[in-house]
Amino acid sequence: MEYEAVIGLETHVQLKTQSKMWCGCANAFGAPPNTNVCPVCLGLPGVLPVANDEALRLTVLGGLLLNCRIPSFAKFDRKNYFYPDVSKNYQITQYDRPSTTEGHLDFEFEGAIRRVRITRAHLEEDVGKSFHFERTSGIDFNRAGVPLLEIVSEPDLASADMAYAYLNALKDVLVYGGVSDCDMEKGMVRCDVNVSVRPRGAADLGAKIEIKNMNSFSGVRRALAYEIPRQIAVLERGGMLVQSTRRWDDAAGITEEMRTKEDAHDYRYFPDPDLMAFEPTESWLDEVRGRVVELPLARKQRFMRDYQLPAADAQTFVDDVALGAYFEGVAGQTRNPKAIANWVINNLRAHLAESQTTLADLRFRPAHLIELVELIDSGRISSRIAQDVFAEFFATGESPAAIVQRKGLSQVSDAGALEALCDEAIAANPGPVADYRAGKSAALNFIKGQVMRLSKGKANPAMAGEILERKLGGNRSGTRA
Amino acid sequence: MPNRLTVCELSRLLSRRELSSREATQACLDAIRQRDPVVRAFLHVDEAGALAQADAADAARRRGRSAETHPLLGIPVAIKDVIAVRNQPLTCGSRILARYIAPYDATVTEALRRAGAIFLGRLNLDEFAMGSSTENSAFGPTRNPWDTTRIPGGSSGGSAAAVAADECSAALGSDTGGSVRLPAAFCGVVGLKPTYGRVSRFGLVAYASSLDQIGLLTKTVRDAALLLETVAGHDPLDSTSVAQPVPPYAAGLDQSVAGLRVGLPREYFVEGGLDAEVRHSIDRAIAQLESLGVEPVEVSLPHTRYALGTFCLIAPAEASANLARFDGVRYGLRVEGADPIEMYARTRGAGFGPEVKRRIILGTHALSSGYYDAYYLRAQKVRTLIRQDFLDTFKQVDAILTPTAPTPPFKLGEKLADPLQMYLSDVFTISCNLAGICGLSLPCGFTTSPKLPIGMQLLGPPFGEEILLRLGYAFEQSTDWHRHRPPL
Repeated sequence: MEYEAVIGLETHVQLKTQSKMWCGCANAFGAPPNTNVCPVCLGLPGVLPVANDEALRLTVLGGLLLNCRIPSFAKFDRKNYFYPDVSKNYQITQYDRPSTTEGHLDFEFEGAIRRVRITRAHLEEDVGKSFHFERTSGIDFNRAGVPLLEIVSEPDLASADMAYAYLNALKDVLVYGGVSDCDMEKGMVRCDVNVSVRPRGAADLGAKIEIKNMNSFSGVRRALAYEIPRQIAVLERGGMLVQSTRRWDDAAGITEEMRTKEDAHDYRYFPDPDLMAFEPTESWLDEVRGRVVELPLARKQRFMRDYQLPAADAQTFVDDVALGAYFEGVAGQTRNPKAIANWVINNLRAHLAESQTTLADLRFRPAHLIELVELIDSGRISSRIAQDVFAEFFATGESPAAIVQRKGLSQVSDAGALEALCDEAIAANPGPVADYRAGKSAALNFIKGQVMRLSKGKANPAMAGEILERKLGGNRSGTRA
Repeated sequence: MPNRLTVCELSRLLSRRELSSREATQACLDAIRQRDPVVRAFLHVDEAGALAQADAADAARRRGRSAETHPLLGIPVAIKDVIAVRNQPLTCGSRILARYIAPYDATVTEALRRAGAIFLGRLNLDEFAMGSSTENSAFGPTRNPWDTTRIPGGSSGGSAAAVAADECSAALGSDTGGSVRLPAAFCGVVGLKPTYGRVSRFGLVAYASSLDQIGLLTKTVRDAALLLETVAGHDPLDSTSVAQPVPPYAAGLDQSVAGLRVGLPREYFVEGGLDAEVRHSIDRAIAQLESLGVEPVEVSLPHTRYALGTFCLIAPAEASANLARFDGVRYGLRVEGADPIEMYARTRGAGFGPEVKRRIILGTHALSSGYYDAYYLRAQKVRTLIRQDFLDTFKQVDAILTPTAPTPPFKLGEKLADPLQMYLSDVFTISCNLAGICGLSLPCGFTTSPKLPIGMQLLGPPFGEEILLRLGYAFEQSTDWHRHRPPL
C-alpha cells in the first residue's frame, strides 16, 4: 500500500521589537544571563503586564502579510503549567480569540506555486531558558517575556522538502515585512511539527504525532525525513500509531517519544484578567496596513514581468532587498533594464564585496550606470572597456563619458581605421591567416584578438570580424567564427 | 496624644508647627509598643526607618515644603503586607514569603511617598488576603481592639485594627470581596473600596485580579477622601486602571445630601439573615439620613443570592494562576526535592496555609478541561447579571445602603472549622467587587454588651466615590460613632 504524509507546522518567531512584550526590558540577544530582566518579566509578587503596542502592530502586520483576517476583538489568555523557566508558571498567549486568523501563504515548490492555509498567527510571550550543569540547573530569564508570533498552518504540507520550502518562504515573508529577523542562530525561530501518515487518498487522518521545539529548518526537514518512514514502517508491520509527542534528537538523527495523549497537559486556559481585550480601531489598523510591503514571490514575479529578468536575477533581487531596490531605482530610467541588472548583479555586487562597502557608500550616481549601458549599446565602448570604466567610476565617481573622453577609450568603429588595423594584423600573422584560409574558422578569432590588441581594446569587435572575413575570403558557410 | 488624631487634624497641627512629624510618628510607635503585643496588627515595624522619614519630613517642612504640594507630609501611615514597599518585607501573611523583601514600590506606595507620608511598617492579614477574620495569617491572628477575644475581620484585619487602636493615622488595605469594608465595620473605622480601575493595582500581590482593589482604612470619611485623592488615578503600569480624572473628593464633602436617593435592596434585609442589633443600628442610620433630607427607596438586586457562589468560583480560579508563581524557583521559601515537581509540591505544601490550598484546589478544578464551561464561564455570565442589577438600580438611586456584615465581630476560632460560615461574613460585600463598583463602610452604632462596632455600607456606581463620601461625611457629621475609642 502506498502512504502519504500530512504535515502541519506551528512556527514561533521572535517579533522585532525594541523591548519585551509586557515590560521595558530590552529584547536583545547575547546579553549575560539575567541582565535584561525586571520585576515584571521575573514574575515577582505584585507586578502587572502592560502590552507592547509595537508587538501588537507587528502581530497584525504579520497576519496581513499572511493574508489573514484581522478580527475586531482579540484577547489574551493564561496558559497554566508549572515549569522552572516559566516565571509566573503561566504563559500569556492568545487562546480562542487570536489577533489574526484564516490566511494563506503561497510559495514556489518543485516548479509550481503551492498554497498552505494559515489557521492563525497569534501573539504569545516567550519563556526563560534552562541550562543544566553537572549537579545543578540554572535559568536565564533574558528571553522571558519576549514577544513571539506563533504561526499555525493547516495540515497542507505533504513532504519534508515541502515543509522546508514553506518554512523558508515564511521566513522570507516575515523578514521582508520587518516582522522578525528570523535569525535561527539567535534562536529567533522555533517549530513544532504535527505529522501523520495515511493510505494515499484516504479521507481520515492518521494519529497525529507532534515533534516539539525544533530550532532549525534543516532540523525540521531531517526530522520529517526520519519520522514519515518510521510511521509508515509501523503501519506496514501492522502496528498502531497513537497520538503522542516526540522529541527530535538532532545528534542521533532520530525522534523519541516524550509523552502520549493520556498524560497530555491540561493548560486550564482562561482570559488574563490583568489585560484588556484588544479591539483595534480603524485608524490603528490603517497605520499597520501602511506598513504592508510587497511579498517576495510577488516581487519576483513582478521583476520577471516588468524588467524581463530571468528567474535567477529576479530571485537575486528578492533575496537582497537593498540591491533590488537599487536596481529598481535605476531600471525605471533606462530602456535596457536587463543590462542594468547584469551590471548590478555581476559588477556592482562584486565591487561592493571587494571594497567592503555598501550601497550607502556609493560614490557614483545611478545616472552613471545608465550612461555606461548607453555607451555600450550605442557602440561607443566595448564591453571589455566598459569593465574598466565601471571600475574607474566605482572608485572615483567620475562620469563614464568623462572617463572615456579623458582616457580616449572610445571604441574604434571608424571603418578606415579598422581596415588599417586589420591589414596590420593579417600581415603580422601569416600562419593563422593560412589556417583560416585552409578552413580552420577558429583561427579568425585569433586574428581578431590581434586587432583588439593593436587597438588597445578599442576596436569594435563585430566590425573587425566582418572586415577580416571580407579580407580573408568572405563568409564560408558552416565555418563561421 | 497625636496618634489619636485624624490625618486632617494631624496635618493641620504639623502645618502650624504645633507638632513635629517626629512627635506624631513617635506617638504611633509608642502606641504600637504598648498595644500591639495584644492587638498584633503589625507584622513588621520599621521604627528606625519611620523616624528617619519623619525627621526628613520635618526638615523639608522647615525648608518650606508644605501640605499644599505634599498633602500627607509627615503623616505616619501603615500598609497591608500585600502591597509592595521597596526594601520592606512583603510576606502576604504567608510562610512562603516569610523572608521576602520587596525590591520595588507599588504605585500607591510611590504616591503616598510623593505626598510625604511616613511608613511605620507592615500590617497583618489573612494569608494572601484570603479570609474574613485575619486568622489565616501564618504569623498569628490580629485581635479586635474592642474585644481582644474577637477577630477584627479580614482580610485587612491588621489595617483596621491598627487604625482603631490608634497605632497609625491611616492604613492601606486591599478588598477582593470585602476585605477592607468588613474589618472596617468590625473595628469601628471607615473603609473605602474604590471602583475597580480607580486605584492602580501595580505592586498589590494579586489574589483575584479582576476583583482586587486597594482600599483605605481611616478614622474619618474626610481622611478617606484625602487619601483617595492621593492614590487614585490612571497608572501606565496597570492596564486595568482607568484614565478617569480624579475629582477633589475632600473639597466636595460639604455639599448637601438633601434630595439624594438611597436604595435599600430588599435582598439584603431578609428576616433572619441579620443580627437584631445590626438591624436596629441600620434602621436608625436610615432614619438619621432621612432627617438629613435623603430619600430612602426600596430597590431590588435580584441576582444577589448567586453572588457568593459566583465569587467562590471566580476568585479561586484567578488565585490558582496568580499564586502559581510561588514555586521556590526564584524567591521565597524553597524545600528541595528530587526533581522540580517534588520541589514544587514540598515548597507549596510547606509554604501555603490550609485556606490558600483550599482555594487553589477549588480554582484549579473550576478551570479544568471539561469543567470550565460549567463553572468559570457560567460564573462570569452570572457576574455580568449581578453587575447589570447594580447598573439598573443606579438609574433610580444615587447610592445603595446595606449593613456591611450580617453580624458583629465574632470570637477567635468561632468559624475557623467551618469555611462556609466564614465565607458568609462577606455576603453583603462581595457583590460590590463582582460588579466592579465602589463601596464605603462607616461606623453606625455599637452592640450593647459587649460594646462592639457595627458598620453600614454605602455602595455607589462606577466612579461614584464622590457621592459615597459626601453621604458618609454628612452622616458622620451628624453622629459621633466615629469618635468612640476602643477600651485598650
